[in-house]
Amino acid sequence: MDEEDLSEFGIAPKAIVTTDDFASKTKDRIREKARQLAAATAPIPGATLLDDLITPAKLSVGFELLRKMGWKEGQGVGPRVKRRPRRQKPDPGVKIYGCALPPGSLEGSEGEDDDYLPDNVTFAPKDVTPVDFTPKDNVHGLAYKGLDPHQALFGMSGEHFNLFSGGSEGAGHLGEMGLNKGRKLGISGQAFGVGALEEEDDDIYATETLSKYDTVLKDEEPGDGLYGWTAPRQYKNQKESEKDLRYIGKILDGFSLASKPLSSKKIYPPPELPRDYRPVHYFRPMVAATTENSHLLQVLSESTGKATPDPGTHSKHQLNASKRAELLGETPVQGSATSVLEFLSQKDKERIKEMKQASDLKAAQLKARSLAQNAQSSRAQPSPAAAAEHCSWHMALGGRMATLKASNFKPFAKDPEKQKRYEEFLVHVKQGQKDALERCLDPSMTEWERGRERDEFARAALLYRSSHSTLSSRFTHAKEEDDSDQVEVPRDQENDVGDKQSAVKMKMFGKLTRDTFEWHPDKLLCKRFNVPDPYPDSTLVGLPRVKRDKYSVFNFLTLPETASLPTTQASSEKVSQHRGPDKSRKPSRWDTSKHEKKEDSISEFLSLARSKAGPPKQESSPLVNKEEERAPESPTNKTVNKGVDTQVEGEGSRPSMDLFRAIFASSSDEKSSSSEDEQGDSEDDQAGSGEANFQSSQDTDMGETSSVVHALVPAPQEPPPSFSIQKMQIDEREEFGPRLPPVFCPNARQTLEVPQKEKHKKNKDKHKVKKEHRRKKEKKKKHRKHKHKGKQKSKKLEKSSSSESSDSSDSQSEETADVSPQELLRRLKCLPLRRQ
Amino acid sequence: MAFPEPKPRPPELPQKRLKTLDCGQGAVRAVRFNVDGNYCLTCGSDKTLKLWNPLRGTLLRTYSGHGYEVLDAAGSFDNSSLCSGGGDKAVVLWDVASGQVVRKFRGHAGKVNTVQFNEEATVILSGSIDSSIRCWDCRSRRPEPVQTLDEARDGVSCVKVSDHEVLAGYKGHKNQEYKLDCCLSERDTHVVSCSEDGKVFFWDLVEGALALALPVGRGVVQSLAYHPTEPCLLTAMGGSIHCWREEAYEADDGAG
Repeated sequence: MDEEDLSEFGIAPKAIVTTDDFASKTKDRIREKARQLAAATAPIPGATLLDDLITPAKLSVGFELLRKMGWKEGQGVGPRVKRRPRRQKPDPGVKIYGCALPPGSLEGSEGEDDDYLPDNVTFAPKDVTPVDFTPKDNVHGLAYKGLDPHQALFGMSGEHFNLFSGGSEGAGHLGEMGLNKGRKLGISGQAFGVGALEEEDDDIYATETLSKYDTVLKDEEPGDGLYGWTAPRQYKNQKESEKDLRYIGKILDGFSLASKPLSSKKIYPPPELPRDYRPVHYFRPMVAATTENSHLLQVLSESTGKATPDPGTHSKHQLNASKRAELLGETPVQGSATSVLEFLSQKDKERIKEMKQASDLKAAQLKARSLAQNAQSSRAQPSPAAAAEHCSWHMALGGRMATLKASNFKPFAKDPEKQKRYEEFLVHVKQGQKDALERCLDPSMTEWERGRERDEFARAALLYRSSHSTLSSRFTHAKEEDDSDQVEVPRDQENDVGDKQSAVKMKMFGKLTRDTFEWHPDKLLCKRFNVPDPYPDSTLVGLPRVKRDKYSVFNFLTLPETASLPTTQASSEKVSQHRGPDKSRKPSRWDTSKHEKKEDSISEFLSLARSKAGPPKQESSPLVNKEEERAPESPTNKTVNKGVDTQVEGEGSRPSMDLFRAIFASSSDEKSSSSEDEQGDSEDDQAGSGEANFQSSQDTDMGETSSVVHALVPAPQEPPPSFSIQKMQIDEREEFGPRLPPVFCPNARQTLEVPQKEKHKKNKDKHKVKKEHRRKKEKKKKHRKHKHKGKQKSKKLEKSSSSESSDSSDSQSEETADVSPQELLRRLKCLPLRRQ
Repeated sequence: MAFPEPKPRPPELPQKRLKTLDCGQGAVRAVRFNVDGNYCLTCGSDKTLKLWNPLRGTLLRTYSGHGYEVLDAAGSFDNSSLCSGGGDKAVVLWDVASGQVVRKFRGHAGKVNTVQFNEEATVILSGSIDSSIRCWDCRSRRPEPVQTLDEARDGVSCVKVSDHEVLAGYKGHKNQEYKLDCCLSERDTHVVSCSEDGKVFFWDLVEGALALALPVGRGVVQSLAYHPTEPCLLTAMGGSIHCWREEAYEADDGAG
C-alpha cells in the first residue's frame, strides 16, 4: 500500500473526512444564490460560472467555530427562540358532524408545523438572506434583468418573451441550463417529405425577430390590470386577491374584508308619469285656529264637508315646540323669535291689533248680512233687493281685491271645480263686474246650492283678505324663486334668426349670418395645439353658462300632444316670422326658394330695416300704435292668406294654464292674465256650444290685424323662449317627404271661435297700450315695457299652442305626429332659453 | 421695370380615369389621401380600413379592429399613425407599420361621422351623429376626451382642422339619402362634389358656375378625395375606387 493509498484520495485514507453523503447540501446556498443573481445581471450572463470552477471549496475558520458551537447550516445565528403558533385554532363553534378527521389531515399541509409543542422546546432563528452589496456598475435601469439565456437560446420558439416577468425563476435557470443543453443542439432541419414545391415550415431554426415582441401598448387589458406597467412584484401579486381591488383603503384592526359582496339592491324604475301630469303641488291651506279666522275655518269645513278638529283638544302632533314649552311651564327662549310678529315694534303691534279688531267687526257685520241673505236665497228667485245688496258689497270688496296679490289661498282646494269658480268670482269682482257671482256659478245647480255657494265665496274672499292683508302689505313677493327650478344654459345667445333669414334672403352671407361665442378651450387642448391659452385665468371650459329658469322646457312636456302638421305653407311662413328666435337650425341659402312664396310687404320692409339698422332697440308703444292703425289700411296683402290664416289660428282647445303660469311665475299680474284668458275661453266654449253663425267677416279681418301687429313688434333681444318647436316640426316634415296639401275645409266651429278670441285679445291689447300712453314717467317706463312685452309674448305663445292643438285635433294629421316626446325634450334641451 | 404678371395657367381638371381598384371590402364609405398624397385610405363597410398606393394599385395593409362600418379615416402628418371612426361609436388610433390598434376611444353616443388629427397628431377630433365633437388626447392614457364640444344641434358631419382652428359643419335634414363629400381642388380653384347620380361636379369657387360634370358610373359617388398638390382625384363608388388624372398625365414610372 503506497503512501498514495493512505492519503486523502487513496483507497484507505487515514484521515477522517465527511463523505459526500453526509456533507451539507446547503453548504453555500446563499452565496451561490448571490452569485447567480450577479451573474444574471452581469453584461455577459453566466460569466461567473468560471469562478465556481476556480474557487477552492474550503471551510473558513469562523464556519468551523460556529459549527462547534452547535450551529448547523441553514440555521440563523442568535439565541434560540420559542416558536409561536402559526395559525389560530379553528373556531370551536364549528361543529363537525360524522367522524372527526385525524388532527394532522385536518390542518392540511401545514399540519406538521402546528403539532403539539411543549413549552420548553426552543428553535434556532431563521436564516436571513444577506443584502447583496454588489455595486451597480452598468447603465441598465434598476432591477433590469437581461434576457434569460436559457429561454432565449434553447427555449420555446413560438412564445413571446416577456421582458417584465418576475426574476425569481431566473435563479434556477442557470443550473438547469446544462441539463437541457443537449436537447436541441442536434442538427435540425426540414422533415422528410417536404418537397421543393411545398411551402416551408414557418420557423425551423427558432430564430427570433423583433416582431415577436410587443412594441405597442395594447388597449386590451393583458389581465394583470397594469396595462404594461412594469410594476414591482408586490403590486402584481395584489391582483390575485380580488378583495384588495374592490376596497381601496386601510383595513382597521379587527376588521376583515367581506368575502362575499353585498347583494346589490334591486332598483325599480320610477313610475311613469301620466301624460297630463303637472309637476305642481297645491297644499291645502293650513289655517291656524285663532279667533279672527274661525269663520274661515267654519267655511272651510263647510265646503269640504270635513269636520275641523276641535281647537281645544290638541293632539300631540299639532303642538309645536313653543306650545309644548308653554304647557310645561318653561320660560320662552329669548332671542329666537318664532314669528315675524315678534320683530315688530310695540307700536306696530298695537296698530295691527286695531286693524284686526276692525276687520273682526266687519266680518261680524258681514256675517249677519249674509245670514239674512241666506234666508233670502232659500226662496225660489233672488229678489231685486238681494241683488242690490250684492252690488253694495261687491263694490266694497272689489276695491280691496284689486290690490290683492296673486295668492295661493285656496279655500276650496278639495273641490277643484268649486275652486275654479271661486277664482273666477274673484277675477270678476276685481274687474268690478256686478253680476260676478251669477256669471261664475254653475248654471246646472239648484237655486239653493247657488245661494249657498254665493255666500261661501263672499265670505271666503272677505275673510281671507282681512286676516292676511296686514302682513302681506309689508312684504313683497320674491322676484326669483331660488330653488332648483333652474337649468344652465349658454350665456351667449344666437342672434335673432329672423335677421339671419333676411340676410340670407339678400344673399348677404358673412357677418350677418354668423354668431360669435366666447369659447374656453381646455388647458391641455391649448398645449396640444401649441397655442397660448386665450383665457389663462378662467376655470371653466366650453361655452360660459348661466343659470336660467327651466320652466319653459318643462312646460312643453306637459303639453297634451305637441306633434302637429302645420297645415299650409303660409302657416309655416307665418310661424317663422312671428316667432323670430328659431334656434332649431341655422339658415342656409337653400331656404330661400321656400320662403319666396309669400312676400309680405310689411315684414319685408321691416326685415330690411332691421338688417340695416342692426339690432333694433325695443320699440316704443307709439310705433306699435301706428302700425296697428296702418295695418288695416293695407288689407290687400292679407286677403291673400286670410282664408288660410283663420284656419291656422283656429283654436280647438284651450292651452294649459301652466303655460302661462310658468312664464309669468313671478310677475304680479300672473293671476289676472291667465284667468282672463281662461275666462275668455270659457266664454268661447259657452258661445260655441249652442252656436249660430253671427260673426261677420270684418271680425276675421280684425283678428288678422292684431296678429299682424304681433308680427311687427319684434323682440330681438329677448326672444321668447319656446317657439322653435313649431319650426322643428316643420323641419321634420321636410325630411320625411313632400308637404301635404293645405286643408281648406275647416269645420265651421273652429273658424267661428277664432275671431271672437282674437277680438277679445285685441281689445285688451289696445287697452294696455292706452294705459301705457297715460303714464309715461321715465321711472316706470322700463318696467311697463317689460310687462307689455310679456303680454304679447303670452299671446304669441297662446297662439302657437292653439295652432298646435288645432292641428293635432285634426284627424288627418295624426299620421305625421311621430315626433316622440323624448326627441322633443332632447331638442328643447339644446335650445338656449331666455327669460324675462 | 416690372414684368407683367404671368397669366396663370388654366387649372387642369382630372378627367382621365387612370386606375380602378376593387377594394374588396364591401361598400367604400370614404376614401382619403394621406398627407402627401402618395397613399390613400379606404374605409370599408366590412369593418376594415385599407391602405393603398392608388397610382400603382397595390394594397399595402389592412387594418381590422372596428366593430362596425368604418366611416372616416385620417392619417397623421408623419404617416406613422392613422385614426378612424366608425359605426361602432369608437375612434381608433392605428399604428401604420404594425397594423395594430394603439388606442380605442369610446365615448361617443352615436356613429362617428368624421375624424381628424391635429397638426402634430397629438389630438384626434371626432365628430359624431350625437351632435358633439370630442377631442381625444393621443399622448396620455386618458380614456375620456380632453374636451367635448356639444354646441352643435345636429349630427356633426364634417370636421376640419387647420393650424389651431377647428371647423365643424353640421347640416340639417335634407332630402338626401347619403352623406356625401365635397372638397376643394389642389389650388382651391374649384369645389368638387359628389352626387347621387353617379357624377362628380366641379364648380368654380368664385363664380359658382359648373365647370365640369365628370361621369363616374351608375351608382352613387359616395366619397371623394383630392390630391393635396396635384390634379388627382379619387372617387369611391360602390365597392371600388377610381383614380383620375388630368388629360396630359402620363404614368411616369410604369404602373405596377
